[in-house]
Amino acid sequence: MIAWFIGVLGIAMIVGALAAVHLKQTVPAIIAAGIVSLFASVLYLLLAAPDVAMTEAAIGAGLSTVIFLYAVYKTRSGESEK
Amino acid sequence: MILIIAIGIALMLIGFWGALIRKNMIRIVLSIGIAETGLQLLMIGVGYLKGRTAPILDSAVPFSQALQRVVDPVPQALVLTAIVIGVAVNALMLTFIIRLYEKKKTLTISDYRDLKW
Amino acid sequence: MIKRAIALFLVLFFGYVFTTLLLNWHPWTELIGVARYYVSHELTELGATNLVTAIVVTYRGLDTLGEVTVLFLAATGVSVLLRRTTITLPSPGPKRQSSEILHTATRLLTPFIVMFGAYIFINGHLTPGGGFQGGAVIASAVLLLFLTNPHQALNHRILKTIESLSGATYVLVGILGLFLAGGFLDNRILPLGEPGRILSAGAIPIIYTCIGLKVGTELANILENLRGPATSPVLEENEGRAQ
Repeated sequence: MIAWFIGVLGIAMIVGALAAVHLKQTVPAIIAAGIVSLFASVLYLLLAAPDVAMTEAAIGAGLSTVIFLYAVYKTRSGESEK
Repeated sequence: MILIIAIGIALMLIGFWGALIRKNMIRIVLSIGIAETGLQLLMIGVGYLKGRTAPILDSAVPFSQALQRVVDPVPQALVLTAIVIGVAVNALMLTFIIRLYEKKKTLTISDYRDLKW
Repeated sequence: MIKRAIALFLVLFFGYVFTTLLLNWHPWTELIGVARYYVSHELTELGATNLVTAIVVTYRGLDTLGEVTVLFLAATGVSVLLRRTTITLPSPGPKRQSSEILHTATRLLTPFIVMFGAYIFINGHLTPGGGFQGGAVIASAVLLLFLTNPHQALNHRILKTIESLSGATYVLVGILGLFLAGGFLDNRILPLGEPGRILSAGAIPIIYTCIGLKVGTELANILENLRGPATSPVLEENEGRAQ
């Protein structure tokens, strides 16, 4: 049962990571990376690491995403990914 | 747990791939962040022992049985450190990117050739 | 395309290395080495029920001091580099102010979020959580303020005082351990108390409170610097309308 759950979460994380690398636009890619972090925090909880899960949820999924979005906001005047 | 370590390795490789093929500097930092997540997952997976519980002693896990009941706490402490350092380093890298963008108004990494010769 | 081929080759090479490592790896079934020592001696030596906290704060305390220093340096670097920023944003036009519901909810929620962060780091030696998590929660309260009102100003004097006082207390507690107990950052300068009580585990609650306040203020500082200076065109416009 738990192995199933871990497998589904792992597939979701790999898809999210591929999206974060391959999406054309930057903002959806940042959101995809945030989702990867969020699933990682669920996985830490399943792996009996509640301390790490709390850190990842607060820092990896929350603050890190917002820091990236601020950076995009500050550099956005007309630059598109080639 | 093999499955967790495989997921961690896959995330690391995806992150490396993104850092190598992307041209936009913000995307490179994002890919490095994904590789970081993969590495942290790998470390937690190495420390996990099957069928054991979190390293917190209470009435469910008395101190006398702790050696047989809890997972390895050392990788967890290391990963705790790594996550916080990771976000600080990401913020510093993005700050450099913002400053570079002010100078040249471009995010493409191949436009910065000043140190090449 | 040749670059892409080289990248693919590198990634495949790394994948090969990692796969070989993984196939030759046997999962542990027992706690070994230093982990075994920590788990079997922690409660009688240090008195904290959360083993991860005991390792982070005491056994690997010097590591954590270094980490807090790295975080401090990164926050300083961000502020120094972005202090005289001359960025001209592509005039976003007149901004819509966020709604009354959002403002009221933020004002109501922020003290509770900060209190929750404080709860997390004060209970770090008993339950999951600790200084880094609590500090991140406090920083997300600041983030909520910024998202509601993009021109929210922070009181830098208070932030600076909290940051430097907690950092100094952390180092001071460490040096006290050198004189009163076994070594630098030893937590046994205070009585260990009964495990499971909030006032137990010697100096661990003090150190983790310092770390929590320091991490919270530093992350808030990073967020504020990345957001930009607190100019307030919206507010000025509103004042003009009010007159």
